[in-house]
Amino acid sequence: MKTFITAVAAIAFAGAMAVDTKTAMAEDGPTLKAVKARGEVICGVHQGRYGFAIADSQGKWKGLDVDFCRAVAAATLGDSEKVKYIPLGSVQRFPALQSGEVDMLSRTTTITLTRDSALGLNFGPPTFYTGTGFMVRKSIGATTVDQMAGAAICVFPGSTTEKNIASLFKSKGMKFTPVVIESSKQLVGAYMSGRCDVLAMDQAGLPGHQQYDAKKPADHLIIPGVYSKEPLGIGVRAGDDQWFDIIKWVTHATFNAEEWGVSSKNVDSMLKTKDPNVKRLLGASADLGKKLGLDKQWAYRIIKQVGNYGEIYESNWGPPLSLARGINNLWTNGGLMYGFPMK
Amino acid sequence: MISAAVPLSCAGGGDFSLIHFFLLSDNMASSEDSATEKLTAPDRVTPKGDTSIFNSMAFRGIAYQVLLAAFVILGGLYLYINVNANLERQGIATGWSFFNENAGFDIGESPIEYDSEDSYGFALWVGVLNTLRVAFVGIILATILGVFMGIARTSRNWLLSKVANVYVEICRNVPVVLHVLFWATVVRFLPHPKQAITPFDGAFLMNRGIVFPIPNEHPAYIWVGVAFVLGVIGAIFLGRWAQRRREMTGQYIPTFLWGCVIVIGLPLAAWLVQGAPLTWNVPALRGFNFQGGMALSPEYAALVVGVTVYTAAFIAEIVRAGIQSVPHGQIEAARALGLRPSFIMHYVTMPQALRVIVPPTASQYLSLTKNSSLGVLIGYPDLVNIGNTTLNQTGQAVEAIAIMMIVYLSISLAISTFMNLYNRLVAIKER
Repeated sequence: MKTFITAVAAIAFAGAMAVDTKTAMAEDGPTLKAVKARGEVICGVHQGRYGFAIADSQGKWKGLDVDFCRAVAAATLGDSEKVKYIPLGSVQRFPALQSGEVDMLSRTTTITLTRDSALGLNFGPPTFYTGTGFMVRKSIGATTVDQMAGAAICVFPGSTTEKNIASLFKSKGMKFTPVVIESSKQLVGAYMSGRCDVLAMDQAGLPGHQQYDAKKPADHLIIPGVYSKEPLGIGVRAGDDQWFDIIKWVTHATFNAEEWGVSSKNVDSMLKTKDPNVKRLLGASADLGKKLGLDKQWAYRIIKQVGNYGEIYESNWGPPLSLARGINNLWTNGGLMYGFPMK
Repeated sequence: MISAAVPLSCAGGGDFSLIHFFLLSDNMASSEDSATEKLTAPDRVTPKGDTSIFNSMAFRGIAYQVLLAAFVILGGLYLYINVNANLERQGIATGWSFFNENAGFDIGESPIEYDSEDSYGFALWVGVLNTLRVAFVGIILATILGVFMGIARTSRNWLLSKVANVYVEICRNVPVVLHVLFWATVVRFLPHPKQAITPFDGAFLMNRGIVFPIPNEHPAYIWVGVAFVLGVIGAIFLGRWAQRRREMTGQYIPTFLWGCVIVIGLPLAAWLVQGAPLTWNVPALRGFNFQGGMALSPEYAALVVGVTVYTAAFIAEIVRAGIQSVPHGQIEAARALGLRPSFIMHYVTMPQALRVIVPPTASQYLSLTKNSSLGVLIGYPDLVNIGNTTLNQTGQAVEAIAIMMIVYLSISLAISTFMNLYNRLVAIKER
């Protein structure tokens, strides 16, 4: 029903958008204009995944995906708290973005060809690299995927994971029973109560469920290794290039800030640095922001209010989740995070 | 027939308003139809040149209908063009070609063989069958439970009527979503396969569902099936014959026992004649789960029980209302004639109560069918669940939702047509 409502909203909004684009000013794209007028970035996030997006007991959202929403708000509106979070299920997320219900989708979304093209979306650079992972109860006695023949596997509907498992098991000539539930709580609950032998999702999501949702975390085992490529990125509607550029360069700004040693702690003193890269980034020597439709200090505020990529990672994946950075490290440290030149 | 369908589906609840809308607009058209017919039928004489054409009832009747039709068509066309143009502008794929594309996901349970390499169209078909599986079994169980509870509510046995009363009040006052979630939770807290409860030898009850042994296939069973069908036909003829005989002579022939003998005896005889072949396919724990036998998944069980218990409470009330709508004098007269209570129920009360019971019951069947879409919440792979996955993977929300709506509309119209036919059968025949 929710999907239905969203779809209806999509249709209704599509009608409204048609007028919008025509009357929009040459400078501000429709999304940035709407965001500025509203004074708020509406960001689609996961309903609850530790490390990516989870609301604490006070209703305050926290997580890596959440921090990128905050970074965009800091860049465009000047205040990282001016974000409205819309928790979305795996099924609702694309209609919600397409319909304009959210300005950006920062919700553990794997970038795939179909999503980039046929769904009418664009994706910013990956903010996190992961892959399909499996968690099992130790009592089951399986320590590798090959021992999972005939298992019941809990998985989110319409996720890339759902397809990955199907092809992985098919290639191994094994059968399994998928149990497909959209609600995060219901799905994890089904696994914890023993309905499924295996919980499958992006591997980075598993430690949180093991730490916080299991009665005894030690009873569960995350199978080592990942079984697919899942580059997660921020999705926006196709057709608004300016907004797409903003998302793209906000992300690169966090990568570059880490690489160039600019953090939330030293950003003020860094304003006086001699490093031309940092000077350009912080708006001390050039006005890169203008080219994006933003002001001079857009990147300064991201770093000041949210932090560089390393800080974002550490605050969300540090203890108790303690997920090693691995390929999410900077390229200079053997990872895949590579900020593009900001000139 | 269409106009009869309207009150049925209207009472079905607002959860599928589109069906509602279609039926209503249909009804509007058809009632106007009959109105014009009636008005034109007597062929009223209008003096020539005396009145404007706009004063002609016949003309106005047609004009209104043409206007309404034009309005509906233009409105639909506008929506269609608008949606298409905007989808194209946003670069979102449209069309039905995804139907033949490789689905690539697996389905937990399917009445037919399904593989992740089958198409989206086939996956959706599996969803339709899974929905029908819940609706069919749910309707039968809800009817049995509802009729029993409804009769129990009118019973003069204090305990029985109170138990039925409590059941009805509890179950119909709790939202159906909670029913489904409640049963899903209950089933999940059953023991693990290794400590499964064994109600009888070979059957297991656990958090993976219910498995029980079934006989292995054997060619002789075809003949047993044929004998069963013959038995049912025979029993129907027996009943007809007994009824005719009773109406002719007043002599009552108890047919229930003989009917049972024919229905059960014939297949049994066929089975014995062929040497009584019987081997059991007994489920056994292998690896993670039980293999062999017949298995019902916990999601299926929870969904069927949830919608059945909820709907049966409403049917019970409908049955009670139907029974109590029969004038008390009828029952007193039957008692005065010395009829047994079971006869009174069968020959006096029920035939009169049925015409009150059937139409609202049909709408309960419709809402049960639509409520089966709650399976998506607990992970039962019904049409909505598979439709959701399809929607998400292809991104074609409009098409996926349209398919779901068309399927529910078709199922509902089929049920409603069937119930209208049955209603015609039991309705009082005015001569």
